[in-house]
Amino acid sequence: MQHLWLIPVLPLLGFLLNGLFGRRLAKGAVTAIALGSVLLSFAWVVKTLVGLGALETAYIERYFTWFQSGDLRVGADLSVDRLTAVMLLVVTGVGSLIHIYAVGYMTHEGGYYRFFAYLNLFMFFMLVLVLGANFLLLFVGWEGVGLCSYLLIGFYFLKKSATDAGKKAFIVNRIGDFGFSLAMLLIVITFGSLDFGAVFPAAASKPESTLTLIGLLLLLGACGKSAQAPLYVWLPDAMEGPTPVSALIHAATMVTAGVYMVARSSAIYLHAHAAQEMVAYIGLGTAVFAATIGLAQNDIKKVFAYSTVSQLGYMFLGLGAGAFSAGIFHLVTHAFFKALLFLGAGSVIHALEGEQDLRHMGGLRTRIPVTFWTLACAWVAIAGIPPFAGFHSKDAILLAAHHHAPWMYWVGVLTAAMTAFYVSRAMFLAFFGEPRGHHHPHESPPVMTAPLAVLALLSLAGGFLDVPKFLEPLFPLSEGAHDFALVAISVVAGLAGIGLAALFYVVKPGLADAVANALGGLYTLVYNKYFVDELYDAAVVRPVETGSREALWKGVDAGLIDGAANGVASIARATGGLLRLIQSGNIRSYATWVVFGSILVLVAIGLVGGGAR
Amino acid sequence: MDHLLSIVLFTPLLGLLVLLFLPSSNKNLIRWWANLASFAGLLVSIPLITGFDRTKDFQFVETAAWIPSIGASYHLGIDGIGLVLVILTTLLGFLSILSSWTAIEDRLKEYYAFFLLQQVGMLGVFMALDFLLFFVFWETVLVPMYFIIAIWGGQRRAYAAIKFMIYTLIGSVLMLLGILALYFYHQSQFQVLSFDIADLMKTNLPAGVGWWVFWAFFLGFAVKVPMFPFHTWLPDAHTEAPTAGSVILASVLLKMGTYGFLRFSLPLLPDTSRNPQVVNIMAVLSIIGIIYGALACLMQKDWKKLVAYSSVSHLGYCTLGIFSLNPAGIAGSVIQQINHGISTGMLFLIVGIVYERRHTREIAEYGGLFKVMPVFSMVFLIAALSSMGMPPLNGFIGEFTILQGAYQMSFNWALWSAVGIALGAAYLLWLFQRTMLGEASEKNGKLLDLSPREIAVFAPLILAAFWIGLHPKPMFQVLERPVAQIVERVRPGYFAEHKLASPLTTPAASLR
Repeated sequence: MQHLWLIPVLPLLGFLLNGLFGRRLAKGAVTAIALGSVLLSFAWVVKTLVGLGALETAYIERYFTWFQSGDLRVGADLSVDRLTAVMLLVVTGVGSLIHIYAVGYMTHEGGYYRFFAYLNLFMFFMLVLVLGANFLLLFVGWEGVGLCSYLLIGFYFLKKSATDAGKKAFIVNRIGDFGFSLAMLLIVITFGSLDFGAVFPAAASKPESTLTLIGLLLLLGACGKSAQAPLYVWLPDAMEGPTPVSALIHAATMVTAGVYMVARSSAIYLHAHAAQEMVAYIGLGTAVFAATIGLAQNDIKKVFAYSTVSQLGYMFLGLGAGAFSAGIFHLVTHAFFKALLFLGAGSVIHALEGEQDLRHMGGLRTRIPVTFWTLACAWVAIAGIPPFAGFHSKDAILLAAHHHAPWMYWVGVLTAAMTAFYVSRAMFLAFFGEPRGHHHPHESPPVMTAPLAVLALLSLAGGFLDVPKFLEPLFPLSEGAHDFALVAISVVAGLAGIGLAALFYVVKPGLADAVANALGGLYTLVYNKYFVDELYDAAVVRPVETGSREALWKGVDAGLIDGAANGVASIARATGGLLRLIQSGNIRSYATWVVFGSILVLVAIGLVGGGAR
Repeated sequence: MDHLLSIVLFTPLLGLLVLLFLPSSNKNLIRWWANLASFAGLLVSIPLITGFDRTKDFQFVETAAWIPSIGASYHLGIDGIGLVLVILTTLLGFLSILSSWTAIEDRLKEYYAFFLLQQVGMLGVFMALDFLLFFVFWETVLVPMYFIIAIWGGQRRAYAAIKFMIYTLIGSVLMLLGILALYFYHQSQFQVLSFDIADLMKTNLPAGVGWWVFWAFFLGFAVKVPMFPFHTWLPDAHTEAPTAGSVILASVLLKMGTYGFLRFSLPLLPDTSRNPQVVNIMAVLSIIGIIYGALACLMQKDWKKLVAYSSVSHLGYCTLGIFSLNPAGIAGSVIQQINHGISTGMLFLIVGIVYERRHTREIAEYGGLFKVMPVFSMVFLIAALSSMGMPPLNGFIGEFTILQGAYQMSFNWALWSAVGIALGAAYLLWLFQRTMLGEASEKNGKLLDLSPREIAVFAPLILAAFWIGLHPKPMFQVLERPVAQIVERVRPGYFAEHKLASPLTTPAASLR
């Protein structure tokens, strides 16, 4: 018994302690509880993995039957296999680093205990998500991390934009969950179980059409959680949350849950050709689409947010091309360098007392050198420069894409060039040239820079962790040989992106504006994110609002139904009013009515009787 | 104990009788007594849980002659479905009275008297095994609720109360016609006068008659649930009723309708209930209710009306589950009925808390309470999450099981009703944002957070929400047998056909 339950329960305890008593605790105690619980959880992960050894097959612990309805039994079962092991290390490892960083970042903010309580709760749900041995437990974690994301995006709850963003994230995710729920129901009908151990081995024997439908519905869920088109719109807005949250939830861990889920369900996708193809299309489409938006953003966090959407698209491309391990590999390296980019951005924002606009930065290279040099590590990693982390995983994906369909490789290379461009652009605008703001930047304290340094190291060297090899028992390596020319082309694309950015923003600073003006409408379109938010608003949000108010509530409820009910009442009252006229109290008129009535009765009897005879 | 059900049933009545002799001037005495009486009502119902045997059908059965000349008897008994609903009633009966402590200041004696009387009626509905007895309790509930709305209600209380009265009365009159039709057909077939449900179940109705009786029952139950399009009394009644009235109305009264379908429509009229046409109509009305209620919520400016419309949506799931006619659907429906009692009860109590402090229900009047009333806000958040079916809270278990049952009937049912899940999150989170988040205005800046009494009202409901979410197994176990009885009755051979182990095969499978 490895007591896997301790891994999620430790952060849960942290949440309960800080959530219930944090208000009355000293700041130091809050910090100790929040950090301690996550670090202990990390330690327990390491201890467990060491104890479990090679993990050739999944190790499962069953605790109790969660619920049983009919012949469907869902247990509170946790399991660890190599995929889970990778996820556990990323979540608790990167999670711990971000917790440490947040101690420094949040120290002057109100609601310190509340922040860490939410963050610990997030860790709990995220760990349930990756440890759950069935779809329903995965879904519990899935919904839970969504809730924490909602709470943390809206952490500055006095700001309407923040609470709007939180709400949007939750509702868009719910649209994805709608697909996930239906997929689970279809799995129950088809397989009679939700246990991974029962579903996946049986997948090969089920009809492809059913598996395709399951795959597509699961993909809808993944699109919501992992911010893929058409449900990506919540992630850029989610940057309203405190920066450590953006790093932890909206870059390194939660948004990769969809990738994890699809990889976990690889047995289904491998037998659902159309669904897997769809994964690749959505991934590639999102990757290139989001990258173009990233080219023209001025908010440093927004640049990185669109970058996250784009990089997640890359992971989906890998999954869809059949290279599940390459997708997970990129998930890992992305967790390192994107967490670093966000934390570095946070350090910049911290130094500039809240400034997020790249146009008001500049020249920070010498003012906050530690931040600069660590960020530079993330920069080379994401740009795909060998031998740094992003290079290895991105290359694995691109090679798989080429093996799958060569045109996908070329679109992927184009995206890589754009990625290198927008990150370089952000770096040049923030750290090079003349200072454009009125700030007095100061370097962040060691509690923030130390995690940056660790992540910088991982961004540089993380590519040498051979994740695909480790995952081989789960996902057999594809046969695509290491084609040197293909690798070289993608590296050149990355370098070209950096070079172009250098030309635009360092060598000839006026050129960027000139190009933007020359492109005119196209630039406006990209600058405004293709007006997708406005489109959704006009096509979905407003019709639902007006429709419910005018047609349903006022029309059907008040008009039709109550109208009908009131109509019946009015008829009754009118009839009563007419009949009342008869009750005049006048004997003579009563006598007339009696005679009249008698005649009527006689006639009626005559008619009916005549008919009977 | 032989008379446990009678004790549970009449404890509130005893409390009521004593209450009548207390001096109206001594308000605190009246308050204490009413709370004590309803708490005693809760306590005496606990042995029902501990003494319940889930391998048996109706338990704690009591039979006594009532009106022998027409074959009506005092026949009580509960199965698993009755048990959970009785416990829900005793718990919420107590909590609603506890929540009224400071909310009600005038005519206290009458107020509490009506609540206790209503409690007797509701308990009777869930215990009666005689159709006439059931009907008497059913009608008993109407009167106190009418007065509670009409006397202690909001500004449009007279309109709301009369609307409530007329809708439900028309429904129950038609239901009575249905009961009588069944009764006389039974008499002509067996030459015995009996209102006993077990007897009536043997009646062999001609197909056309069964059809009409079904729709007569339907009107009675559908108005109560309420199903679309009979729901328009509900937003008015809920909105105008005092807080505790809304709580009881939503948490318990509406369940009388769904209970009616489960106890009478399905078992007494199995042929009509499984008629595909009927099933389709019921499913369509349920799904319209789910989506329609949720959309209407999005548009409300009145906090309480929003919660009221959410009930329409939630009860749509319950009726959809029932007419899935399979174990998952029906068990899910009962669990969701309990869940709705917990979560919507909380949501109404929450409106009551702020109404007591600010005397307005306009959503736009609020905002920024998160900072002013943090404990209250967290309670609200938990209630909202429970209501929108967030795992691992209770609502999720119910919704998921219902969807599972619905999916077995039709992909479309599951598809359309799942839309309600997304909408549920939308209206509740928007409400939360508008009332709790943002800056607090001057009027809201000094509101007091929950008092210990108010926390005591919420605590058991929050515990129940977590308990059902984390450990729903006992609930499913208690419901397994009665649900199987209903399924076997409507679709004979269901378990054998689906190669499932029937929970009925162990002991004798009789309804007596």
